[in-house]
Amino acid sequence: MAGHASKQIDSATLWGGKISPFSTSYGKLMMWFFLVSDALTFGGLLVAYGFTRHDFLGAWPIGEETFHSMPFLSGNYPLMYVALMTFILIVSSVTMVLAVEAGHRMDRKGVTKWMIATIIGGFFFLGSQAWEWSHFIHGSKFGKIELADGSKAIVHAKSFGEIKNFTVVTAGHHHKKGDVITEKDMDLLHEYQHAAAAGHIHNDEITLHDGSIASISQMAHEDIELIIKEDGAKNKIGDKIEGAEAAKIYSEVINSGEANRVIYGANLERNEYGPSQYGQFFFFITGFHGFHVFSGVLINIIILLGVMRGLYHKRGHYEMVEKTGLYWHFVDLVWVFVFTFFYLV
Amino acid sequence: MERDDIIEYSLDAHHSEEQGKVIRKKIFKVTAILTAITILEVVVGAYWGRATSHGWTWESIKLGYIILTLIKAGYIVLSFMHLGDEKKSLKYMILVPYFIFMAYLIFILLTEALAVGSAWETYGG
Repeated sequence: MAGHASKQIDSATLWGGKISPFSTSYGKLMMWFFLVSDALTFGGLLVAYGFTRHDFLGAWPIGEETFHSMPFLSGNYPLMYVALMTFILIVSSVTMVLAVEAGHRMDRKGVTKWMIATIIGGFFFLGSQAWEWSHFIHGSKFGKIELADGSKAIVHAKSFGEIKNFTVVTAGHHHKKGDVITEKDMDLLHEYQHAAAAGHIHNDEITLHDGSIASISQMAHEDIELIIKEDGAKNKIGDKIEGAEAAKIYSEVINSGEANRVIYGANLERNEYGPSQYGQFFFFITGFHGFHVFSGVLINIIILLGVMRGLYHKRGHYEMVEKTGLYWHFVDLVWVFVFTFFYLV
Repeated sequence: MERDDIIEYSLDAHHSEEQGKVIRKKIFKVTAILTAITILEVVVGAYWGRATSHGWTWESIKLGYIILTLIKAGYIVLSFMHLGDEKKSLKYMILVPYFIFMAYLIFILLTEALAVGSAWETYGG
């Protein structure tokens, strides 16, 4: 750009204190310094993630196998959702740069318009991330299972056999013998998963929360396939078990009556996708980034209020928009790296 | 009171309507490039990802991903964040120390990780 950045300055003036040797204002320079330190934080986190991943002996979760769902749609859409999130963030970065450009022309209306668009984009990204986290925490319908030989497998299938109802065979505190519990009475899948993880399902009978025992009426799973993710005595990483044998093994695990043979979703201790560190890094890195997006949206709102009050117009320049823009672009920049190292590679 | 000892560097960035048109054109060009790279990455991930590609194929795809990521990062930093328009001294003061430190960190931690991994393998855990 024209102006001071390209102007020759003799060294006495340059380092004499009168002029900024970098031809930028104090505020912008400090924003750059802050961004470098923040970039080191994120760099450190991502390298720590790389360290854990490289020293890990077993199989690390694969992005396109872990993230393949879309809201309101069933079926397999590998990476589509994160790609959408990436696109939302890129677009909001573009609207931000357009706000800065409008500021350089002292176009207050333009700045307001593009700032509002940027804030909306930020909210969209935050909403997407909330859905992503919720999906990650709740997990799949099948979960990850531990086979008889100690190996662990994830499950792929065309569909999960729908649970129709539970019929009580032994009364508990709440349910009487012969009661038929349907979806209207309780979230059947939730109860089923809870019981399976705790080892409360045995011989197709489930022990419910109130202590009653009920038989399960369930449709068959369609085209079930087990993919081994951790070595056992017999099965090795990458092995696939298909067809009737896969259905039999899955049913045996669910009906084992042992706790923790099946894991659903993720928490800070364990997750169904891979080693516990995978879940921990997922929560920490995407959470830390999401917090940056959140504070970026707040800062953008504050600056937008300043723009609308005409504060920067009176000042004669929109450098505040430029500075908050630097932070916003940085958030986008970090996501580009998170996207690559968490989802793609 | 008007102070004459403060230089408003921010005023240097001001430009006219015509210059704005050129700048906006450039912004949309960069947007198109960033979008195209993202789409390319996702398509490769969905059809030739780690689940289906192995050995050297996967290693080169991985290298490709890292290069594409750096290209994207370059466009964001130099164009969107206007670092390319700043003075050279500022540009390199930001970029050079960061890259040196990160290259060191990546090298040392990934090397260490392989050593730790093989120690687990040898001595068990």
